[in-house]
Amino acid sequence: MHPAYSVIVFTTASGAGYGLLFWLSLAQVFGLMPVDRWLSFTQIVVALGLITAGLISSTLHLGHSERAIGAFSQWRTSWLSREGVAAVATYVPSGLMAFIWLLGVETSWVIPLALLSAAGAVVTVYCTGMIYASLRTIRQWYLGLVPANYLVLAAVTGALLFALTTAIFEQVPAWVSVACLIGLATAAALKSWYWQTIDADPGKYTAEMATGLGHIGKVRPLDPPHTRPNFVMREMGYAVARKHAEKLRRFVLLGLFAVPAFMVLIALLLGIGAPVFYLIATCVAAVGIIVERWLFFAEAEHVSMLFYGHERA
Amino acid sequence: MTSLPATTNKKLGLVIDLDICVGCHACATSCKEWNTGGYSAPLSDHDPYGGDPSGAWLNRVHAFEVGEGANAKTVHFPRSCLHCETPDCVTVCPTGASYKREEDGIVLVNPDTCIGCKLCSWACPYGAREYDYDDGVMKKCTLCVDRIYNESIPEVDRIPACVRACPTGARGFGDLGDPDSDVSKNVAARGGYNLLDEFGYKPVNKYLPPRAPVSVAGTKSDRPAEQVPKPDGSAVERLFAWADQALSR
Ligand code: SF4
Ligand code: SF4
Repeated sequence: MHPAYSVIVFTTASGAGYGLLFWLSLAQVFGLMPVDRWLSFTQIVVALGLITAGLISSTLHLGHSERAIGAFSQWRTSWLSREGVAAVATYVPSGLMAFIWLLGVETSWVIPLALLSAAGAVVTVYCTGMIYASLRTIRQWYLGLVPANYLVLAAVTGALLFALTTAIFEQVPAWVSVACLIGLATAAALKSWYWQTIDADPGKYTAEMATGLGHIGKVRPLDPPHTRPNFVMREMGYAVARKHAEKLRRFVLLGLFAVPAFMVLIALLLGIGAPVFYLIATCVAAVGIIVERWLFFAEAEHVSMLFYGHERA
Repeated sequence: MTSLPATTNKKLGLVIDLDICVGCHACATSCKEWNTGGYSAPLSDHDPYGGDPSGAWLNRVHAFEVGEGANAKTVHFPRSCLHCETPDCVTVCPTGASYKREEDGIVLVNPDTCIGCKLCSWACPYGAREYDYDDGVMKKCTLCVDRIYNESIPEVDRIPACVRACPTGARGFGDLGDPDSDVSKNVAARGGYNLLDEFGYKPVNKYLPPRAPVSVAGTKSDRPAEQVPKPDGSAVERLFAWADQALSR
């Protein structure tokens, strides 16, 4: 599948934003953070900023962004619509929470608002994953592992951001570093599992099934219907070379998981210079997740390519 | 509304005879011509006369080679929306622009509410939807909904443009939900089938398979191929070789 940059930016940026929102909300609910409203305010502004930037980017690839309001209507059947509804709904408690911190009001309302924000973050990211995981036309996406990956990666990138923003203000509590490390290990394991799964599945549909001509023999394309690639080939036929993908997978394992984990560990053990180490961890992970998301699209194969020379999909 | 209707009153669709189709692309060009001025208008093209032409078309004609050796066949293969009974291209649409009509089963895109997110094209296993980059909305076969019920055109023309244009009669149009319709009878008689039936979208359009080659005793396929006699080096042959050479100088 063609990796649209607006969608890569959207899913990674808003994913990290929802992850950050999740952790800062949990910290509120369980009273795990030193009471510092400016720290909390900064964190929620970063979270909402990333989410908003992502959502705006996602409308950029639409043919008619001005009609985007209509996309909230079909939540009964469409995961894309559900995602939109969940994203907007999450703004309500999180926006109120930001407002409370900005004004410095002391209120116990923060707890239910934080709970709702955390739930909203999880639901929205799950919907994003399900947009892909509900497409039976793409075997690399039609997997329960896909929403799981989206959730864990949002949590991990959010945790790194949470640690970084905390480190700028004060000592990072040990539970934050531990959460980062556990998250990174889980995400790496899930991603490797995902790659093993897609590599092991050759695809159950064939060109013979697509054309229904298998009873005569093997089907080979002779003349294409058009001299140059059409929309379907450009959008659905994009494929990354196997060797290239292997390299990028190794880069993801290193950049998105190993290097950030090493930095977090150093910060945890050294006890000084935490902002620098978390900054490096976050920046490297940012490049890593963009490559991860690019690969998620580039490695995905669409069934319609059976009409254009693919033997299996 | 992107929820699918539980049932449709009719199942209008096409029947494509792969035995008859000669791959002339008349259906595809006629479709383009009608629809760039009809319901789906415009069907934009990019760089149409340049080195990298592309554009939105609702019907594409492939040619495949099937089988090996003497039994190999060239099969011309028109491909367009199959107006499936249970397609996800409808249910994934966030706006309700993609819908299936209850009255006749036609799958349409409402060009006034489509936001051009392209998700429906991702959900179609048949590659039947093409995005129009200029118009910013998704385009697909409408089964010529603006012809088949159109009382302002002569009755013979109230069929899809592709069916009307096909010079060999390889395309049929009718109600595939009615077992007594001509198309249904033809499907039953010829063993019409669904493309990628295993996928489960239940296409309405049917394809009729190429007929098996007829083998009559004494016809070419049963005899060894004719041999070209080898030159025997006789005087007559040498004379003709000389004449041939002299004349072609
Ligand atoms: S052929 Fe594709 S576009 Fe047409 S109804 Fe079926 S899934 Fe939808
Ligand atoms: S491209 Fe248009 S018709 Fe297709 S899913 Fe998006 S809004 Fe619906």
